[in-house]
Amino acid sequence: MTDMTASHAALEPSRSDKFRQRTVPLILFAVVLLVIPLFNPSRSMVTLLNHMGITIVFALSYNMLLGRAGLLSFGHAVYMGLGGYFAVHVMNWIAEGTGIWGSVPMFSMPAFGFGAGALAGAVIGWPSCRRAGTPFAMISLGVAELVAAAGFMFDSLFGGEMGISGDRMNGPELFGLSLGPVDEVYWFIAFWTFIGVLGTYAFTRTPLGKLSEATRDNPERVEFVGYSPQRVRYLVFIFAGAFAGMAGGMSAVQDEIFTPENLSLIPSGAILIATYVGGIRYFTGPIMGAIVMTYMGSNLSDYTAGWLLYLGLMFVCVVMFLPDGIAGIVYGTADTIRQGRAGEMWRTWMLRLVGLALVGAAIITIVEVAFRWSDGYGEVFEPFGLQLTVENPLTWVIGILSLVLGILALRRAAKGGGK
Amino acid sequence: MTLALELKDLRKSFGPAKIIQGVNLQIEKGERHAIIGPNGAGKSTLFNLISGRFFPSSGEVKLNGEVISGKRPFEINRMGLSRSFQVSNIFTNMTVRENVRCGVLYSMGYGMSFWRNIGNLKEVSQKTAQILDEVGLLDKANLPAASLPYADQRTLEIAITIAGGAEVILLDEPTAGMSHSETDRAVALIEKASQGKTLLIVEHDMGVVFGMADRISVLVYGEIIATGTPEEIRGDAKVREAYLGEDAQALEGVA
Repeated sequence: MTDMTASHAALEPSRSDKFRQRTVPLILFAVVLLVIPLFNPSRSMVTLLNHMGITIVFALSYNMLLGRAGLLSFGHAVYMGLGGYFAVHVMNWIAEGTGIWGSVPMFSMPAFGFGAGALAGAVIGWPSCRRAGTPFAMISLGVAELVAAAGFMFDSLFGGEMGISGDRMNGPELFGLSLGPVDEVYWFIAFWTFIGVLGTYAFTRTPLGKLSEATRDNPERVEFVGYSPQRVRYLVFIFAGAFAGMAGGMSAVQDEIFTPENLSLIPSGAILIATYVGGIRYFTGPIMGAIVMTYMGSNLSDYTAGWLLYLGLMFVCVVMFLPDGIAGIVYGTADTIRQGRAGEMWRTWMLRLVGLALVGAAIITIVEVAFRWSDGYGEVFEPFGLQLTVENPLTWVIGILSLVLGILALRRAAKGGGK
Repeated sequence: MTLALELKDLRKSFGPAKIIQGVNLQIEKGERHAIIGPNGAGKSTLFNLISGRFFPSSGEVKLNGEVISGKRPFEINRMGLSRSFQVSNIFTNMTVRENVRCGVLYSMGYGMSFWRNIGNLKEVSQKTAQILDEVGLLDKANLPAASLPYADQRTLEIAITIAGGAEVILLDEPTAGMSHSETDRAVALIEKASQGKTLLIVEHDMGVVFGMADRISVLVYGEIIATGTPEEIRGDAKVREAYLGEDAQALEGVA
């Protein structure tokens, strides 16, 4: 206690550390968002990017629960859906233009979604946040089913199976954006994605954000330092709902439609997978997961009808072998390079890649051949001009031999082999 | 005299098992009070009843004259009672500094605020650094708590407990499993940290108990069989009877 100010200053990260670790990544992210349009992406590419932005905010809001607070929710799409539905309704009020609605800019939809998501979180979280762990997960599942069922029942609110659609080209323009063409929508999405990233990151730096991590680690101890774990969870839940609702508001403007499907377990499961595959222990994990999964979802489905199966396999493999997800690989590799051990690492990595390629080739062959055969239309899987039919022995050589070889290579890599 | 803590006919049963069978205890402000007793006497249960982890089956607990039995642990903590755990109960995924900061936050009035940047809370940072300095963990402040050696984890446990500045401190076997030198350091720390505060301590190390406590209570089968100064306890026939064998020699050893 001799020199309080000195010791206190030494504990905290220095000003330059803070700038390097916190401000610089945010600036880089903003720069990336600003630079992307300079490459003149195609319309379908911009649409894909817009969906990535929406999913990034959604995944970050989900990780406020899963990664930071340790709450496994099976129904997070409920909050994005309700926020989005409210935004679509507001869009239609703006279109009518009566009263105050005539002066509400379309650009502000995510803010409305934010409010609606927070409200939904406050109402639904009240009973469900009383317990953590399995009861919380079960309640979230029940709520998701309940809300999705209600979505199909109350037509005036949710529009039945057809959903409710809106038109984004109404109301006053903000920043000179009519939001008509999709590249103008890009700026809208980019702005709100940045706000979403900034907001969810700022949340991790607040006392409540820190307490949510403490509650995840040790809810009992939290009680004995003066906090109610239920209250902490409840407040975090409201914020997670709010940011999910914000993603809903972004989606409402981008896609101009919301259907009860958006409230169901399917998007809830998808965001769980995206967040987990990205890596729940890192703030940037959900961002990476959102980008990869959105990309795969839109592109893989062009190549094969079995893409959901591959997605499922990948998810299972990540859970089993890469619990820190994509972010874990990225940061782990960066650490190794920084420690100057890149040389010994790349051989293991090569072995791992070869193993993955072999296993991948085997699984793809088996899956593609199998469901062409089960279709019964006589279609043949023809990669690189090979005629891989069920009768062709080559099919089974690839299927079994490369699977075995690939697994052997992966096992060797896991033991640190290949040095 | 003003009482910091008062237990009135406190009882706790788990089904047919009567663990605490009518404990009466009065602890004055500023007193260092130790509870000793053989294994299974109900010492930890007594702590759990006082700190709100368990609700008593009957009887009441008063903190500074106010009834606290039936309140939740976080409410009791906010009223100025803090406890440590026999098995280290820390936030393992956080750094040492973040652990202590969790203990500091509420007492500094930052509750569950979500509109402040925790890094900008100067008083919180200073108080955290001061606590870390006091317990001697300053040089390990930025290590993950899970990576600390056992004795340091026990110290961190105490640090979190005293971080909130509670007036009444309950320590559950703070020196359990420590070596002699570690125990000496822990005792010095406890004496410093409990200066001007009320301390209730459960401890197996008789050297620690008889060296530090103003008064001692002996708990046997859920009942207090004797309360008094270390000299009175040492000479008490009932206590000697309860501590047959090895522990009786331990009593002699510090006599």
